[in-house]
Amino acid sequence: MSELLQHLVNTLVLGGTYALLGIGLTLIFGIMNVVNFTHGILYTFGAYVMFIVVQKFGLNFFVALPLSVAAGWLLGALVELTLLRPLRGSDIDTTMLVMIGAWIAMQSATLWVWGGVAKSVPTPFPDAPLSIGPVSVSWLRLFVLAAAAALIVLTYVLINRTRLGSAMRATFQDHDTAALMGVNVDLIYTSTFALGSSLAAAAGALLGPVYVVYPAMGDLAAVKAFAIVILGGLGNITGAVIGGFILALAEELGAGYISSGYRDAMGFVIIIAVLIFRPTGLFPRAERVG
Amino acid sequence: MRLILSILAIAALASVPLWLSDPYLLNALITTGIFVIGAMSLNLLLGFTGQLSLGHIAFFGIGAYVSALTSLGFDVGLPFGIRIVHEPWSPLAGFVMAVLVSALCGYLVGRLSFRVRGAYFVIVTISFAEVVRLVALNWVELTQGPLALTNIPPMSVGLPGLGEFIFRTKLHNYYLVLGVAVACYLLIARLVRSHVGRAMRGLMENETLAVSIGIDVTKTLTLAAVVSAGICGAAGSLYAHYIKIIDPEVFAFINTVTMVIMVVAGGKGSLAGPVVGGLIFGLMPVALRPVMAPEAQWIAYGAALIVILFIMPRGIVPALTQWMPRLRRVRRPSFSKRGIEESA
Repeated sequence: MSELLQHLVNTLVLGGTYALLGIGLTLIFGIMNVVNFTHGILYTFGAYVMFIVVQKFGLNFFVALPLSVAAGWLLGALVELTLLRPLRGSDIDTTMLVMIGAWIAMQSATLWVWGGVAKSVPTPFPDAPLSIGPVSVSWLRLFVLAAAAALIVLTYVLINRTRLGSAMRATFQDHDTAALMGVNVDLIYTSTFALGSSLAAAAGALLGPVYVVYPAMGDLAAVKAFAIVILGGLGNITGAVIGGFILALAEELGAGYISSGYRDAMGFVIIIAVLIFRPTGLFPRAERVG
Repeated sequence: MRLILSILAIAALASVPLWLSDPYLLNALITTGIFVIGAMSLNLLLGFTGQLSLGHIAFFGIGAYVSALTSLGFDVGLPFGIRIVHEPWSPLAGFVMAVLVSALCGYLVGRLSFRVRGAYFVIVTISFAEVVRLVALNWVELTQGPLALTNIPPMSVGLPGLGEFIFRTKLHNYYLVLGVAVACYLLIARLVRSHVGRAMRGLMENETLAVSIGIDVTKTLTLAAVVSAGICGAAGSLYAHYIKIIDPEVFAFINTVTMVIMVVAGGKGSLAGPVVGGLIFGLMPVALRPVMAPEAQWIAYGAALIVILFIMPRGIVPALTQWMPRLRRVRRPSFSKRGIEESA
């Protein structure tokens, strides 16, 4: 019983960051119809920015976090402006292949610049975990959960309560009509991609200190993000949040009760099962974002 | 004209070992040739049915593992106390088993994943490859996991009256790969020019229209997947018996990407495309090795994919045939002549 409780607590912490990853990807996928293979790289990038700012520049952990989110925003905007804008209107396979090319180039660049050795990010939190009865959780992980929850709420407010958000939702519904109503569709695409990328960077910046930082860390993260998006339904933010927690639960229980070797297989199994039995996702609501 | 070109190309490739003796380059050519076979099989799906399979390396890896295990033998316990003990068979039997098992996997994956299209199909195929990789990594009793299967025997063929011929040297393997590649090329060429091949293209151009004239979507796509997976399994088998060691890294996503780059760069939907793209991208690391660090090579690889998609979205071979009016003039009349004959 206490083992199960511990798994549930871990699920909560892991699920928060998974939800961040999923929201970023579902926005890009839903609004721009782009299968974003660079999502995992942005996750890696966020973690490395965290490492550099904290370790090399010696800045505070809490200053580094918004910096890495901002860096993710900028890199995302750059990718959108240089690669995706010229390809607007071409078929989804071409865009997908270009994103794969970008992913390979960027991941190899990470490896080239920072080397393959895993790095760890120092944190200001005490090493001793917080123990409540049989369950213990580290302060760092609690902070990760809180920060992820805050970012999820912020994104939700941005999409549902601001002008930019309503322009995004309008573009998702029908970009021609949105353009006729005076929405700057190009700007919306760039900000959507930048927003999604900054959320991936945030997830990396939060999980990087929990584990270690290495160039290939984003590969699995990207696939997990796809699993979450498929679970939650295209462009569905609430679905992505729930999907993130379901995936985290499946992984925790799979690793705990089946075999830790198959932990990362859970995401793929979920993808295959959902697409075969419920191709619209568990919470289909594809007609709008939000 | 095209026949002459093809024969010239094969003759040129067959003559390579006569003037090239550097074992490093010959090795690069053999592995490139194996990947070209994989790329040709991917082209059958991507270029002729329009389905982008990003899990194609799974069939390659399954072929490699099946062939290796068939020729090495295994002893594995299953649930409910069942034990399967397999005595080693000949590498040729391994090759046949590799093709059959890969084709069967192609059938199963095709039946399941052709229910979805576009981005979803891509993601299902990636997931399939990753699940297979994780099984190869974790089912240590069968696959040795990360310790790899070693001492895989070289390919051998029993010739009636002449005894057993073993493909021991690089030279032997070069001609083996070339032979299998030509056979696969002819098989794919035959298939795409047949009735079924036209149905595939019809599905790619406009699925709704194709269905309305009575083309069976699932059957056609599954057939393409079965043939494609079988050929890719054959390539995997050649790889296993040439390299002689197989570990789960064979399933790495980057290997699928390599095949996709070969097809897209060469020209999807063109028979010669994967061969041209494969030779360029397979030998690119050899050319770049003296001037670039390995990581920088991969950056160049990714950048090359992007550049090619931007300037030649249809690939090198279609772009060349468009630029060279001579080749185009030769191709067009043969096409229109047939049209005239049919209408007459």
